[in-house]
Amino acid sequence: MKLITFTNKGIYCPRGKFYIDPWRPVDFAVITHGHADHARWGMKKYLCHHFTKPILHQRISPDIVCQSVEYGEAININGVKVSFHPAGHIIGSAQIRLEYKGYVSVISGDYKVQEDGLSTPFELVRCNEFVSESTFGLPIYNWLEVDDLNKRLQSWVLKNKENGKTSVFVGYSLGKAQRIMKAVEELGKIHVHYSIGKLNEAFETVGIDLPEYEIPDFRESVKHLLGEIVIVPPALLDSNVIKKIPEAATAICSGWMQVRGARRWRSADAGFPMSDHADWKGLLQAIKATEAEIVHVTHGQTEVFSKYLNEIGIKADVVETLYGNDDEEAEAEIPETQKEQP
Amino acid sequence: MKHFADLINALESTNKTNAKIDAIIDYLERAPDEDKVWFIALFTGKRPKRNVNTNYMKEWALEITGLPFWLFQESYSSVGDLGETISLILPAPTQKIDRSLTEWMTDILHLKQKTDAEKKEFVLSSWDGLDYTERLIFNKLLGGSFRIGVSDKTLINALTKFSGQESSALMHSLMGKWQPEDASFRELISAENINPDNSKPYPFCLAYPLEKDLHDLGSPDEWLVEYKWDGIRGQIIRRNDEVFIWSRGEELVTPQFPEIEEAVKAMKGNFVIDGEILAVSNGKVLNFNELQKRLNRKTLTKKMQSEIPVEVFAYDLLELENNDLREKPISARRAMLEELLLNQAPGNITLSQTVDFGEWKNLNLIREGSRDINSEGLMLKHKDSPYHSGRKKGDWWKWKINPLTIDAVLIYAQKGSGRRSAYYTDYTFAVKNGESLVTIAKAYSGLTDKEIMEVSRFVNKNAIEKFGPVRTVKAELVFEIAFEGIGFSNRHKSGVALRFPRILRWRKDKTVNEIDDLEEIKKLIQ
Repeated sequence: MKLITFTNKGIYCPRGKFYIDPWRPVDFAVITHGHADHARWGMKKYLCHHFTKPILHQRISPDIVCQSVEYGEAININGVKVSFHPAGHIIGSAQIRLEYKGYVSVISGDYKVQEDGLSTPFELVRCNEFVSESTFGLPIYNWLEVDDLNKRLQSWVLKNKENGKTSVFVGYSLGKAQRIMKAVEELGKIHVHYSIGKLNEAFETVGIDLPEYEIPDFRESVKHLLGEIVIVPPALLDSNVIKKIPEAATAICSGWMQVRGARRWRSADAGFPMSDHADWKGLLQAIKATEAEIVHVTHGQTEVFSKYLNEIGIKADVVETLYGNDDEEAEAEIPETQKEQP
Repeated sequence: MKHFADLINALESTNKTNAKIDAIIDYLERAPDEDKVWFIALFTGKRPKRNVNTNYMKEWALEITGLPFWLFQESYSSVGDLGETISLILPAPTQKIDRSLTEWMTDILHLKQKTDAEKKEFVLSSWDGLDYTERLIFNKLLGGSFRIGVSDKTLINALTKFSGQESSALMHSLMGKWQPEDASFRELISAENINPDNSKPYPFCLAYPLEKDLHDLGSPDEWLVEYKWDGIRGQIIRRNDEVFIWSRGEELVTPQFPEIEEAVKAMKGNFVIDGEILAVSNGKVLNFNELQKRLNRKTLTKKMQSEIPVEVFAYDLLELENNDLREKPISARRAMLEELLLNQAPGNITLSQTVDFGEWKNLNLIREGSRDINSEGLMLKHKDSPYHSGRKKGDWWKWKINPLTIDAVLIYAQKGSGRRSAYYTDYTFAVKNGESLVTIAKAYSGLTDKEIMEVSRFVNKNAIEKFGPVRTVKAELVFEIAFEGIGFSNRHKSGVALRFPRILRWRKDKTVNEIDDLEEIKKLIQ
């Protein structure tokens, strides 16, 4: 019996009788991280990392049955040894390691090798079988050093201050928004949209230390934001919320911003290639280091990336999943006209 | 090159014309004069000849990175720009080269005398000393097109704001024959080497689409009716033996039509004519597609000139012997135009024909027939109308033919280039052919950015083939395609060719079962 199989409900461990990041309701779901395409509603029981638990309560429901564990803490599920290891993607994100009779499978969810200064750094886990994403699996995607990137964000904010502009960053509320806060925390007051504030609060309940922020009420006048820093989720791009902000200069933070065409496409004033996914070098480095005999590529540039892996002598195949429709991976994100606060 | 890189960054990060103008002014205030000359040269298409073959550049990049060719092609199809693809896949630089734009351009010009090995050494060491943005600019400077979303007009506006010089004088000065190696910024801007009065154009008079019943226009006798032609609307100026052709976008396009320049030069007197530049062969106006083939080329070959001959259909006379005629009624201007052309008309400048129609009720039939002569409808001008500046309601109307439409289904999608490279923007459509589908048209425009994103998302999810730039998709999305004409064609699989196909709208209300059938479409052919 194979340790994991790919079903129409998600990645399944038949021996352990549990699913990893399933997209249909099942009895027992092991969750890599809190993004909505990996952590869905309707599971009878959830298992995740301590830091992900408040996110699931926040995003899915306070009433779900959810058990959480520490990184490296091994638990036994029907004879399969299950442990969580840092994936470096966002706070609380984990690779799930399964072991049975000496055979090891690792389901990495979404991951990033680069240290972002906020998430627990990616941990290399050797295995026989590795399940990998490939969101940025093309050699054109190589990220800047985090310090260099942060300096760019900082000098943009300073230039805006000089010109009397408000710096409005557009970044996903879970992960990216917190990184942006960290990058610009010394430069002025930070205001975050309600949806980001909710997730920040969830992180704070488990003791994560975030820079100070305020949550403005966009239903009221927001004139006082002038010249300061505002962070909003991508759904608000081109919305009335941004239009209300006085003298707004907008910057999109996303790995797609690496390419000029993508930057020019969006009607933003700046684009910073900030990503929570592994870049080309990161993917190859991680995959090689696992020494896996087989790599299953689940989402992103699956065909191209697995073809390349096979060419360089790493056996790989493509597995169809429903991942990659959330956060940064959804290439063609449709901006919603306006989301009001509840 | 830092100033220049900052400028490119600033220009790219906005689509607001005013912000672009500000960025250019900011650059002009900081950059040394010799760099400014190069900047103007690069942005007005005065580029030195490419001295390094792009295939070599690709080869060297693969050599450095060790990537397979097919993966480079995949990357290229995702980026949509060769210079940028190379700049992104190369490893991070190990040194820092800091030189001015002029220094770079001088070196690049000198490559001409170098051997391939020397060129390679120069390119590789430059790549290793520049960061991503600078590398991209360097690759572009090596000779690729420098398309950055700044029109000549925007550039001229920025220079006008910076220097206080009049825009038509600047356009005239910059269009002249000068070399970036030995021109001076001050001379270019002061326009001291030219006589700007000779080239100054008038604002074009424009028409609104007809929005009322013909009978409400009054008596047919009061109206002058002409065919509406689809070419390049232009002002042809002859003053003091100099000839200038301005396009409606207020760009000097004289070098693109040397045969017209020559013909007008051979005429006598001083005048300004408003007319349409059209491709005309044996007295028949050709499709705009034909004219388009010879537009915006760096060099216009004799072959092209003889294959696609151009003519001016003259509509109006705005100035004669330094007298501004614009306040006179068009009936009078037209009489003077007729006289001017009667006495000395060269073969390729002809009077635009007027349409005799008698009563209003005859006009619609005439309009519908305009498709047959490659005209796009009719122009109605009140005989007493002056030549207005810009668009004014009431005196001039355009009455275009209605486009033909069909419903077709999307079957192939390809990513765009430049600004559109992240999304699937180029589509191929099919119609029913019995039980199967047959491709009928390709179309690029007509959707909003939001719709393009939505289609891209569909393509990502429903792609059947996943390699290369083209995606075959599930036949599901139905679009209404408009086109100006249709004819039989044995070069097309369907046996028909559509003229100017474009997406009119996305028919979300229709399914693939409701699309048109090829046999029915063929019945549209007259």
